[in-house]
Amino acid sequence: MFETILAAENAFSGNANAIGYGLATIGPGIGLGILFGKTIESIGRQPEAASQLQTIMYIGLAFIEVLAILGIVAGFLFS
Amino acid sequence: MTPPILLAAREGFHVPGAEAFYQKPLIYLELFGVDVSINRTVLILFLATAITALLFLFGFRKPKLVPSGLQNVMEFVVDFIRNQIVLPVMGRDGLAFLPYLTVLFTFIFFLNIFEVIPGVNFPATSRLAIPLVFAIGTWLLFVAVGIKNQGVGGYFKNSLVPPGVPVPVLFILVPMEFLSIFILRPLTLTIRLTANMIAGHLLLTVIFLGTAYLLGRPLTFGWGVGAAAAGVAFVGFEIFVASLQAFIFTILTAVYISGSMKAAH
Repeated sequence: MFETILAAENAFSGNANAIGYGLATIGPGIGLGILFGKTIESIGRQPEAASQLQTIMYIGLAFIEVLAILGIVAGFLFS
Repeated sequence: MTPPILLAAREGFHVPGAEAFYQKPLIYLELFGVDVSINRTVLILFLATAITALLFLFGFRKPKLVPSGLQNVMEFVVDFIRNQIVLPVMGRDGLAFLPYLTVLFTFIFFLNIFEVIPGVNFPATSRLAIPLVFAIGTWLLFVAVGIKNQGVGGYFKNSLVPPGVPVPVLFILVPMEFLSIFILRPLTLTIRLTANMIAGHLLLTVIFLGTAYLLGRPLTFGWGVGAAAAGVAFVGFEIFVASLQAFIFTILTAVYISGSMKAAH
């Protein structure tokens, strides 16, 4: 009952990079969904502003995708 | 009972990894100790360059007022870039960049579309160097436009120091803005295009190899037919991703250039 593993050689087998990246896509996925949903909603409310809203949407897209991309890069950094 | 896919993994189906992207050189060349040998990627580059150059050359050689034939198709491409990318994002001042953006879009599109063309089946943009060159070109372009329009000191001051920010915050904000504007922009442009193409290529490779493997065994023939249908669907998806990534690269270039043209913030 009190047998616990104090130190194990292979506590974790498998590639941590894959799990790290999988976790890293949760936040940007939600963020992108909110961004595009709000943009579509705003364009539906005022179609004349569509091109301005699209420009701002692309700027936001670049910022949010940085976080997801850094998730992959971090796997190589902390090799 | 275990699904046949797991049986395949045990019985000798080899899932392709990074070796799907290594290519043997056809003609070995070396320039100052750097390996510039001609392999399949370089041949794709030559072919895409030739296609782009010839399309634009022959499309606009003898322009008529009412276009027809190849001129009609190329005018559609230029119109698309002009009305969907340059005018909404940059306004009329951006029309000076229309030729560069059109050629950028067309070239990246053709490099991407070789992923689904039978016989070639390799996206040249999945090699990191090619999107890196495009991203460095964009980076030089938006920095040069910013310096030209606002002066060296003025451009860096306007983009790194937002107005109305208290001085202690600036010590954190300025390095972050510098990182975000001058380092992360070309980096994310590169990795976005490269990762999309690498993922697409690996996906298609696994599906096609898996179809061949599953169709070869009588036990898994049904799964093989399903895999073939999935292969057709994913080829369509990859065509969409190839055009979308070319579009996103071009429109982000336009957004960055337009951000440098006006005084930012």
